[in-house]
Amino acid sequence: MNTFKNFFASRLGIISAGVFVGIFAPLLQKWGNPGNMGICVACMERDIAGALGLHRAAVVQYIRPEIIGFVLGALIAALLFKEFRPRGGSSPLIRFFLGFFAMIGALVFLGCPWRALLRLAGGDGNAILGLLGLIAGIWIGVLFLKSGYSLGRSQKEKIFSGWVFPIAMIALFLLLIFSPQFGRTPEGQPTGPIFFSQKGPGSQHAPILISLLIGLCVGFLAQRTRLCTMGAIRDVILIRSTHLLSGVLGIVIAAFFVNLILGQFKAGFSNQPIAHTNHLWNFLGMTLAGLAFALAGGCPGRQLFLSGEGDGDAGIFATGMIVGAGFSHNFSMASSPSGPGAYGPIAVIIGLLFCIVIGFTMREKLT
Amino acid sequence: MGERIDARGLSCPQPVLLTLNEMKKVNKGEIVILVDTDTSKENVSRAATTQGWNVKSIEPEGIGYRITVSKE
Repeated sequence: MNTFKNFFASRLGIISAGVFVGIFAPLLQKWGNPGNMGICVACMERDIAGALGLHRAAVVQYIRPEIIGFVLGALIAALLFKEFRPRGGSSPLIRFFLGFFAMIGALVFLGCPWRALLRLAGGDGNAILGLLGLIAGIWIGVLFLKSGYSLGRSQKEKIFSGWVFPIAMIALFLLLIFSPQFGRTPEGQPTGPIFFSQKGPGSQHAPILISLLIGLCVGFLAQRTRLCTMGAIRDVILIRSTHLLSGVLGIVIAAFFVNLILGQFKAGFSNQPIAHTNHLWNFLGMTLAGLAFALAGGCPGRQLFLSGEGDGDAGIFATGMIVGAGFSHNFSMASSPSGPGAYGPIAVIIGLLFCIVIGFTMREKLT
Repeated sequence: MGERIDARGLSCPQPVLLTLNEMKKVNKGEIVILVDTDTSKENVSRAATTQGWNVKSIEPEGIGYRITVSKE
């Protein structure tokens, strides 16, 4: 067990986890997931929000098994390696809204940091603007961290509290399998409570078991190696450490080659799958997301893996993201391939102001 | 017995930041860091090594670990 533990904590370990993601994300596309969206935590949580009827954008509704797998894979790893540690209570409401606004920013860009990397590896030039925005947001977050920003300490919690989020994921899986329908409108449209897209990105998905299995493996590996796309950039800026970055580079390089082999690489800015070419809002959307991730201490994937090991604060952040996705579409803040939504830009500005207020006001004398 | 940092309950990257700040302050000697997750344990040990400090011992304490780092 210790040999495994040491391997996963090593640089080779985290590169292996990154390469695993880089190989299987493009394959998930080949097996049915939407373009450059083999894995995208934000988009997939948005699809889940839609499937639950939290928004009614008919083209992005599906309960993505990858998300369920991320949490449960991390849970399995944490239990096996005795790292399952229920904890919480570090400014939960603030974390909820950081998740909320992170999602709004991510949906203005159309992707989380993972998808930004995968879009880059698929030749989508717009991803460069998103990644630059992400770096800018994290850089602002680092300034706050350096000046004593903290959401405070978490406390040990009772065992069951750590199980709540994983059990919610199992419930989601059951809803996916049984997809209950309570009736139809006079026009013949299903009334829910579960909605699955008939066309558009939400209707494109790999077979359930394949998605779940890959999700479980990613969750397991990422829990062990602490893979985090936000942390990768933050650590380079803050402590000049390239440990996490090597995992991220593993994702990009592996995904690039797998895309080439599968014929999925297409370089350019226009007509990229589920992307728009508005440089300013690609940049600023991800600036908001990056700042929110930095203030919350992890990218959306990392928040799911932490939720699996019992971190209730991370679970609150992920819940905030799902609720944020509902608002994002209901309030016309999410982008579409034709460009930013009507209220996306103003929402990004409000989100940035929120994060900046949090950054300035949450300080703690720790020593 | 050197300086003592209580990083328990703090999320990434604060345990590392506190450790690095303390290292800058004392420059050499011994620092004891208390952490409560394996992630923090790995991050603090890794940061200490890259700064040229020696990880002397890691012992379980309570629900977490007591890490002792030193530099001559």
